[in-house]
Amino acid sequence: MLKFIGRRALFAAMTILIVSAVVFAIFSFLPFDPASLTCGQRCTKQIIAANRIRLGFDQPVYVQYWLFLSGIFAGRTYGAGSAAFSCPAPSFGYSFNENACVTDMLRESLPITISLAVGALIMWLLLGIGLGIVAAKFKNRWPDTGSSVFVLLATSLPTFVTGLALLIWVSIKWHFIPLSLNGYTSIFDNPWKFCVYFILPWITLAIAYAAIYTRFTRAALLETLGEDYIRTARAKGVGERVVFFKHTLRAVLAPLITLAGLDFAGLIGGAIITETIFNLPGLGRLTLRSVYEFDLPVVLATTILAAVVVIVMNLIVDMLYAVLDPRVRIT
Amino acid sequence: MSELLRIEDLHVSFKTDDGIVRAVDGVSLTLSAGETVAIVGESGSGKTVTSLSVMGLHKKGQAEISGSISLSDHGVFKDVVHLSDDEIRDIRGRAVSMIFQDPMSSLHPYYKIGNQLAEGYLVHNPGKKKEAMARAIEMLDLVGIPEPAKRAKEFPHQFSGGMRQRVMIAMALMNSPQILIADEPTTALDVTVQAQILALLSKLKKEFNMGILLITHDLGVVAQVADRVNVMYAGRIVEEGPVDDIFYSPLAPYTLGLLKSVPRVSKNNERLKAIPGQPPSLINLPVGCPFAPRCEFKQHSSESGCNTTRPELLGTSPTHRSRCHVPEKLRSELFAAELKELQA
Ligand SMILES: Nc1ncnc2c1ncn2[C@@H]1O[C@H](COP(=O)(O)OP(=O)(O)OP(=O)(O)O)[C@@H](O)[C@H]1O
Ligand code: SF4
Ligand SMILES: [Mg+2]
Repeated sequence: MLKFIGRRALFAAMTILIVSAVVFAIFSFLPFDPASLTCGQRCTKQIIAANRIRLGFDQPVYVQYWLFLSGIFAGRTYGAGSAAFSCPAPSFGYSFNENACVTDMLRESLPITISLAVGALIMWLLLGIGLGIVAAKFKNRWPDTGSSVFVLLATSLPTFVTGLALLIWVSIKWHFIPLSLNGYTSIFDNPWKFCVYFILPWITLAIAYAAIYTRFTRAALLETLGEDYIRTARAKGVGERVVFFKHTLRAVLAPLITLAGLDFAGLIGGAIITETIFNLPGLGRLTLRSVYEFDLPVVLATTILAAVVVIVMNLIVDMLYAVLDPRVRIT
Repeated sequence: MSELLRIEDLHVSFKTDDGIVRAVDGVSLTLSAGETVAIVGESGSGKTVTSLSVMGLHKKGQAEISGSISLSDHGVFKDVVHLSDDEIRDIRGRAVSMIFQDPMSSLHPYYKIGNQLAEGYLVHNPGKKKEAMARAIEMLDLVGIPEPAKRAKEFPHQFSGGMRQRVMIAMALMNSPQILIADEPTTALDVTVQAQILALLSKLKKEFNMGILLITHDLGVVAQVADRVNVMYAGRIVEEGPVDDIFYSPLAPYTLGLLKSVPRVSKNNERLKAIPGQPPSLINLPVGCPFAPRCEFKQHSSESGCNTTRPELLGTSPTHRSRCHVPEKLRSELFAAELKELQA
């Protein structure tokens, strides 16, 4: 197991290195001058030139990449003398648009996105798997029909429609839940406020994903119910309830976990619509804003972060799979 | 020999989109302690449907079942066709067990062998966990799994095909049932392993004084282990009799066809003679003999009844009966000539 983790971690580190190099290269060869993007309308040639040197854009690309990498581990100081400023390790660069170290920006937005994704994940797993079980258990009866109506509605409604509908009706019209203008509170400071802040975004995301999980769970359960080993269990005299909730459900668990892990990873990088509708200052919105504003250091950092999350989640999923499925050997 | 199972006039049909499939159409047979009764027939003839009926394993809404299946639950006879779900569940794995064709897919991939075996004991003896595991190891030992205590902690994928079929047999015997149904138990295995499994089944039959209902399409297997044989075609038994009668003096044209299609080492290296044509569709079976479209002996039938009436299961001997309009005496003579030719 340890050997497996070690090997996969090494592999992950190499992948991340390659991804970061590629992303870095893409941004370095874009046909515009990154230094001229560092100040607004009232820019002078002198400021641009000074910034070019301060941010290292005058150096060859490979030196810039090296500086970027070493910044992650050692922190980075820009410029010299009294005009110098520094971003401590791990430094992912400096955003001139925001006048802030990228790491600090990530540090602010990451908890929001993670809270959003984790809450939504829990919700859609409960809802999706629950509905899938009900649908499979009562195949072709009214609970199954009901759940397929839900699936149909939820998959055909785009998230911005459900999100906006929830926002308009629940918050603005009925005042059930206050508009989350007062900002984000950590779950550790005030769990109640935390939940109120996130409940509508959670529901928005959960509905969209739950539909997929309902369909997947139902199909996987029904397929498993037709397996020979289920017939064997029945032939032993095992009751229908145990056949369903032990033998069948157990077989569906491993693929479900995989799906959940990968969907979760995807969300960390891309809950842009939900974050925008509910005005959540998370990673998705940070990425969106930085792309609009050509805030290259931030784009670079969020892209690499998304890649890291996907790689790490893959690692976790593989490990979980090995635990859940005895046929998968990890060596 | 005490009788353990008596199937009488069993009909099983399935409603499908294309129509009603009459998979089993009036099957009757018996099984007694200590004997092996084979059901042979081509694919789709209704062998598995028959055996699943005995286990009560057909889905309630899907299959329409009539007739009677009287089964001995350690001396007490019960009619499987008319039992409630709970009553059938109580019989399964205890009075009657079944092993299946594909040992690769018949074991749950995620549970340890020992636990899968123990579960079969626990459902009928709730709470006796220790005894269940001890029994599991004992049974694994009995079916010839080396180091059974260690192997009980392993998963199915760590066993070879033959070993898995042994595990399936051990699982079937957990509660010492009197009836064992084996549906193509060796079809998925290598020839050498096949022989071992058949020998094991014969040995266990004696030890447990069981009756085995052996389902197969392989006449070689039948010759090795069966005492009596039922030949099935299109959901009906077309010939039944002691194994020697079936092989040396068959009476149904279909049985003869099966015998001629058995691969054998012959001097002149003759090609295998598979029965030409296909079994009929079980939806809207034609009136007349279901075998008529493929039968070479139609012209010997006096009143051309082959295409208009179904032959009954009849015989001059009470133990050897067959379905055919051609007079039995004429058939014996015709078939004897063909069999001689085959031997030459
Ligand atoms: N659940 C079902 N619904 C509809 N038709 C079925 C069902 N189960 C079996 N049948 C049909 O009943 C017929 C007999 O099937 P059965 O499985 O008993 O054949 P078999 O003799 O066991 O053949 P094989 O040697 O291929 O196992 C087939 O035509 C099959 O298609
Ligand atoms: S009844 Fe006629 S068709 Fe049927 S097996 Fe006999 S000879 Fe052939
Ligand atoms: Mg079959």
